[in-house]
Amino acid sequence: MKAFYVMILALKVVNHVRIHKHPILDFPEKKVIHFTFNGQPQIGHEGDTIASALHALGFKELSKSIHHKRARGFYCAIGNCGSCHMRVNHVSNIKTCITPLEEGMIVELEEGLGRIT
Amino acid sequence: MNQREVIIIGSGPAGLSAAGILLRAGAHVAMFERSPLIGGQLIKQTHKFFGSQKQYAKTRGYDIAKKLYRDIEAYQDHFELHLEATVVAIYPDRVISVYRQGVYQKYQAQAIIIATGASERLLSFPNNDLPGIYGAGAVQTLMNLYGVLPGKNAVMVGSGNIGLIVSYQMMQAGVNVKAVLEAAPNIGGYKVHASKLRRLGVPIMTQTTVKRAIGMTAIEAIETIRLDEKWQPIEDTETTIPIDTLCISVGLTPMHQLLSMAGAEMRYISELGGCVPHMSSAHETSIRNIFACGDVTGIEEASSAIVEGQFIGLIVSERLGYALEGYHLLKHECTTELGILRCGPFGEKIRLGQQKLKGGSSCSND
Repeated sequence: MKAFYVMILALKVVNHVRIHKHPILDFPEKKVIHFTFNGQPQIGHEGDTIASALHALGFKELSKSIHHKRARGFYCAIGNCGSCHMRVNHVSNIKTCITPLEEGMIVELEEGLGRIT
Repeated sequence: MNQREVIIIGSGPAGLSAAGILLRAGAHVAMFERSPLIGGQLIKQTHKFFGSQKQYAKTRGYDIAKKLYRDIEAYQDHFELHLEATVVAIYPDRVISVYRQGVYQKYQAQAIIIATGASERLLSFPNNDLPGIYGAGAVQTLMNLYGVLPGKNAVMVGSGNIGLIVSYQMMQAGVNVKAVLEAAPNIGGYKVHASKLRRLGVPIMTQTTVKRAIGMTAIEAIETIRLDEKWQPIEDTETTIPIDTLCISVGLTPMHQLLSMAGAEMRYISELGGCVPHMSSAHETSIRNIFACGDVTGIEEASSAIVEGQFIGLIVSERLGYALEGYHLLKHECTTELGILRCGPFGEKIRLGQQKLKGGSSCSND
């Protein structure tokens, strides 16, 4: 029975994974990049955008709708739609799908309209 | 104000091809690209292109981007590339404002080429904003550029070429594609792409669409519904499919915002995907020395964007007084190639759209 639960847990962990084997593309091991998401330390890979790193970690909710606070993830991944806006290094409304992940970045979910500081 | 000879906005197939010709003619080119990578949407396209040898047939999309960039590399002293640089404003006197890492800068050019491409449409259904619902192109970016799987189980909405190709690419990456839904009675894309999916056992369900998405903070399932020949939902034909990824591939729409902002005369042409600029035969917009090429002038294949880019490159080089060797022959070749690309049944829509563009109704600036 215990083994069964461990298996379920393992399945959850591999729910959002990185591609290792691909018939056309190579995805070699890359340098690890440390950042924080909502205060928690996280690890991404060199070449990631903030959004791709978060997705690989299983975080699909990147923002909330302004009025109804509905969960939003990215839709376009190329900087068009704006549903991946987050607060990065204390700056609001950063398009995380086209912003490269950097060492030590502070990434936070933002509620409501971004604050201009 | 920074002065430049030619500014190209967008580094996709159209922008890169225009730059290649202009640099060869001797012009100085400054290119602005919003993303950290050059090549637009070619860089995530792992499939081989169709068409003739000239349009890079049998070459994978990301290799086409490399080839187009190689044509430019030789002219580094004439070429200025700004990555992660978003053009946020444009004015009719050919002034642009560029945002890059917290800083705004202004540039003015003798000629501007707008090659901003297109964006993916969204489909309207309850809960269509749940995380886990993506444009098909977004999933392609996530997998093929960053090596991250969108999820485990997916459904694709739309059986056009993008829908079919991305479904196949999801299977290649290890995602289980449970079905491709198509509201129309027939598959939209090429038969060769559909057959590849069918061989893998992926059902393509025609006359079927999404009724609603189910989930709280992420998608957990969708409810599909069958449509009759008048596109009306048929009662009691709902089926629930548990998934964690829903891809929407229901077409693209031109990224017209900069053209509209500049005050160029725009038309709404549904066959071309939305709001497009009214242009002269030389692809010049209603504003002198502001040109447009690629998907921003109407949704087509990357092959057409490449040829259009070359064509605009030629036109602009001549406008600026450069005499490129073989100019007339090259221009003639471009026109012929575009004609070939747009002939046949798959080019019918674009031909009709271009006809309408000459006399279509005006577009509201919203």
